[in-house]
Amino acid sequence: MKFRSVFDVIGPVMIGPSSSHTAGAARIGKMARELFGRKPDWAKIHLYGSFAKTYQGHGTDVALIGGILGFDTYDERIRDARALAKDENVDIEIIEEDGSSEHPNTARIELGDQESTFELVGISIGGGKAEITELNGFELRLSGSSPAILVMHNDRFGAIASVTNVLAEYKINIGHMEVSRREAGEEAMMVIETDEKIPNDVMDQLDDCDHILQVVTISE
Amino acid sequence: MMFQNVSELVQKAEEDGISLSEVMIRQEVDETGKPREEIFAEMGRNLDIMEKSVEDGLEGVESKSGLTGGDAVLIQKYMAEQESLSGNMLLDVVSKAVATNEVNAAMGTICATPTAGSAGCVPGVLFGLKPRLNPTREQMVRFLFTSGAFGQVVANNASISGAAGGCQAEVGSAAGMASAAAVEMAGGTPQQSAEAMAITLKNMLGLVCDPVAGLVEVPCVKRNAMGSSQAIVSADLALAGVTSRIPTDEVIGAMFRIGESMSPALKETAEGGLAATPTGRELAKKVFGPAMGSE
Repeated sequence: MKFRSVFDVIGPVMIGPSSSHTAGAARIGKMARELFGRKPDWAKIHLYGSFAKTYQGHGTDVALIGGILGFDTYDERIRDARALAKDENVDIEIIEEDGSSEHPNTARIELGDQESTFELVGISIGGGKAEITELNGFELRLSGSSPAILVMHNDRFGAIASVTNVLAEYKINIGHMEVSRREAGEEAMMVIETDEKIPNDVMDQLDDCDHILQVVTISE
Repeated sequence: MMFQNVSELVQKAEEDGISLSEVMIRQEVDETGKPREEIFAEMGRNLDIMEKSVEDGLEGVESKSGLTGGDAVLIQKYMAEQESLSGNMLLDVVSKAVATNEVNAAMGTICATPTAGSAGCVPGVLFGLKPRLNPTREQMVRFLFTSGAFGQVVANNASISGAAGGCQAEVGSAAGMASAAAVEMAGGTPQQSAEAMAITLKNMLGLVCDPVAGLVEVPCVKRNAMGSSQAIVSADLALAGVTSRIPTDEVIGAMFRIGESMSPALKETAEGGLAATPTGRELAKKVFGPAMGSE
């Protein structure tokens, strides 16, 4: 059952014209912003498939930019997102890609500032729902429909257990979890979808666990 | 336990002696753990957004491409100046559905029901019926829960995406949802709601998604006009006691299989149907430049 809530069907409230090309795009942009954790200095947005072909008519570009600025699907500022990005000194580059993608509505977003860069691939799956399929080169599946934590860590024994122990201590239930790594012993990532929002003190405690490099959270 | 199909939804309502909207509300409480008041308030906010979109559209809007806008105003003007053929209540419904989709095409704020492209049917029927049935605010919010219950069944057993199932999955689903909710608001039984859903969806089967230039404008706005009018007629048939010979769940199953066998050119790719007509291609060229209008 993919659609569990009545608000998946009656909603979202959004700026038109397309739930998949506008609202879904805004959600991908916002997830990128939340995972990056701050306002970026620049954003490179690569569009594939139907996104690349029809983004102007659907406002896919401004929706993605709006998301990167932290706007929700219903935020009317989406319409002026390009100008607002300029005001906020965020350099935006839109790149129409010719290459094919697995899903017709795909965007690859690169964000960066002086401190670090970040890259994410998102797909818009219909009705305003979106999923993240790749993050900093790691493949994953993140729906954004439940709160989630992303943990970058060193690939060592006990790293996963220490994170799940903290969640257990705070009685936070895990709905879905994925782990992946580039190579044995190197950088690895955990994606944990939870039933409830993650309080800040839990985040701090996770950050203090052994072998943990970075912890970020994403709300609904 | 979540209801999996329309027959379980109706059965739950009949067994517990409650309305379909009440079944949906109770399930939402169970599924999310949120308090009932919060869920009701959230749906109330969606209702307010829908009302605002209708009002904005009736004042007149135009899309960036210039392909759509202003028809809701034309219809209202016509209704005020002369006696229409189909009756003013029906045309009021249609104008409000059109208004919502025109606002959507103009990048205004709407509530997707179930999608943005099909967002006109549910509010069109609801606000078009409002002067006739004088519902309370609670009844109007319940209208949306009933619509949502049917939409959820379609989304989980077939599809609500034009790219996956054609327009039958978008406007077809939206019109079916609206007709079922109209029956409840008019005092019909849960089973009559199911009949209305079946009758509406049966008449939307096979409808392709062929948007000109790939934009949610032509023919989407007028498809919502016709979807909302079918919703009203089907609701009346069901209230009159007319039943569907094919049960609702089987109609939904047929819709899914038809969507599966539909050519990709007719599923939101702008490569077939109206999008591929000489005028459709010409309009695409005008909007996007030569590249879009070519094969």
